[in-house]
Amino acid sequence: MKKFSISSIFAQLLLIVFVFVWIAPTFGLFISSLRDKDVLAISGWWTSFTTTDVNEIYRTKGMEAQIEEDGYFIIKDKVFEEGSGKVISRFGITSKNIDEFMVGEIAVFKDGSEISIDEKGNYFWRSKEKFTKKKGKRIFVSATSPPIFTLDNYKEVLLREGLGQAFINTFAVAIPSTLIPLIICSFFAYSLTWMRFFGRDLLLATVIAALVVPLQMSLIPILSIYNDIGALFGVAAKSFPGIWMAHTGFGLASTTFLLWNFLKSLPNEMMEAARVDGATHYDTFMKIVVPLSIPAFASIFILQFLWVWNDLLVGLVFLDKHPSEIILTAKLKELLGSRGENWEILTTGAFISMSVPLLIFFSLQRYFIRGLVAGSVKG
Amino acid sequence: MTIFSLALTVLIGILVFVLFFHISNILLDYFGKRSSKIFKLENSFRVVIFIAPAFIILFVFIIYPVFETIRLSFYDKIGREFLGWSNYAWAIKDPDFRRSILNNFGWLLIVPTLSTFFGLVIANLADRIWWGTIAKSIVFMPMAISFVGAGVIWKFIYDYRGPGQEQIGLLNAIVVAFGFEPQAWLTIPIWNNLFLMAIMIWIQTGLALVIFSAALRSIPSETLDAARIDGASELKIFWSIIIPYLQQTILVIWTIITILVLKVFDIIYAMTNGQWQTEVLANLMYDWMFRGGGDSGRGSVLAFCIMIGVIPILGWNLYQHRKDQKI
Repeated sequence: MKKFSISSIFAQLLLIVFVFVWIAPTFGLFISSLRDKDVLAISGWWTSFTTTDVNEIYRTKGMEAQIEEDGYFIIKDKVFEEGSGKVISRFGITSKNIDEFMVGEIAVFKDGSEISIDEKGNYFWRSKEKFTKKKGKRIFVSATSPPIFTLDNYKEVLLREGLGQAFINTFAVAIPSTLIPLIICSFFAYSLTWMRFFGRDLLLATVIAALVVPLQMSLIPILSIYNDIGALFGVAAKSFPGIWMAHTGFGLASTTFLLWNFLKSLPNEMMEAARVDGATHYDTFMKIVVPLSIPAFASIFILQFLWVWNDLLVGLVFLDKHPSEIILTAKLKELLGSRGENWEILTTGAFISMSVPLLIFFSLQRYFIRGLVAGSVKG
Repeated sequence: MTIFSLALTVLIGILVFVLFFHISNILLDYFGKRSSKIFKLENSFRVVIFIAPAFIILFVFIIYPVFETIRLSFYDKIGREFLGWSNYAWAIKDPDFRRSILNNFGWLLIVPTLSTFFGLVIANLADRIWWGTIAKSIVFMPMAISFVGAGVIWKFIYDYRGPGQEQIGLLNAIVVAFGFEPQAWLTIPIWNNLFLMAIMIWIQTGLALVIFSAALRSIPSETLDAARIDGASELKIFWSIIIPYLQQTILVIWTIITILVLKVFDIIYAMTNGQWQTEVLANLMYDWMFRGGGDSGRGSVLAFCIMIGVIPILGWNLYQHRKDQKI
């Protein structure tokens, strides 16, 4: 028994290491997407759970904000937003000496006006003369910032970077590209399993061969067909229906194979009985096969949906990069090129693109795994 | 397009196919029931209707393109003039192509091996521990993520800032914490390939894990118990019982990941676009599809090279299928 417990502890430790290595990348991305972009650019995400020191520059309000009180002209405001939780320790009024003064001390500008600031960032600036400049003065503050998490990055990325539209486009690609093959292939798989006709075995062998044919073999001829059709009818060569059909084509073999694998496990007697009773194949299909296949449909739907949602290559080749057509993965790739250093945009964009797959993953993991395992029995 | 018109397009697109099957069935029922002579004919019509859409799509999108791509590989950049083997001759001399072949071999050796190995180890560990299910979920999760998303995740890990600056990339932060110089990982030739492969391994281990996990349950527990009673260590059991038992499964996982790795595109395209000697066939092919207006001849040669890689697997699958059918 003792030996067992030592090996068990070792196993647990080893598994913890694996789990840590596997979760840390995604976790880091998620935390980063929730951080303030200025903090994100200068400190690692693992520091975000503790308070950090930040130096910030703030410009005070100008002459419009002044009020007159007891013979002084006064401008009052705060440097931080309400509830930021930042605590100022020192401040300065020149860029040469940004932490010259303690909080509570009074700093005197060259023009004789005086400014003081408290820990929470409220400043009080007064002068005997009237303020005459529209622009305020710069003040430098050194503060400690508590861990701040915000959804600002999400707002920015969804609305201004165009990811919101890309998100909708991806749905417009993924839903038909999943349902169309499912509809077509369920009839096809049914005929391969329960109908007798010349060439059935050859057709099945073709499907099995097509399972492993790389997508790359189809790209050039299909693109040229699309271009020809586009030129012939004067329509755009790259369109949503075009990519639906492309995804249907590329997902056809695997969808058919999975369904065929499932259908042949159904009891033969049931089909025979229905046929003897005079049911047509269509009736048998709709009334017996479809209800029995719902779990298989669910697995295949998830596999194909995730495949299409996560695809980049087909989206790049068969859709325009125009905002009204671009899909999330292509958009994300574009951002990697153009905003390579803006990690707040990249991490948030990546997380948005992952949100739907992750949601499906956590809610329907069982079906997802079942589909994968079924597909791996062969092929 | 507004959301509304987009949703309408989607709906129409799906309805077309539903209605095709439904209406053709109604028509067949109507004409079929009139006389018993037509009954036989009706049945063969129904076969055609069940098969036609799938077959047409299979033909247009897979069968025809395979032959067309092979044909195009002997033609010039717009597919007009016959060039014989000259596209292939070009490929052999092209340094990018040689680099791609070399890199693809590296990917094929390392990624399936390590993914399968990690998957097997984790499946074994997780099966014996009460929180194993959660651990499996976590390792499996990257399977749901796109390669581009994974690319962003890992690019963030490999992020590089000059020495002396605070590192925000996890890998460099660890390296610096141990007192070494930070590195721009993705730009170090040869080694950078390994950093890219790490992403694929990170994703595919989950696949190996779930399949192994299902297969492990099929090992009779009596066998394992007997070995334990005889005093075999867990390691011994792993090598002498579990591995031989899972041979078939290991082979299957190996081939699935191999096929995937042959086609690897997204990761390279998103992370380095083939720079710093990380080029692979699929990315080079995409490049030639559009470089200088596109060269269908060279692109086809590259696609065909990927195809050659899967032919042994294709043959093996067909052989297995025929064997199963005979039983």
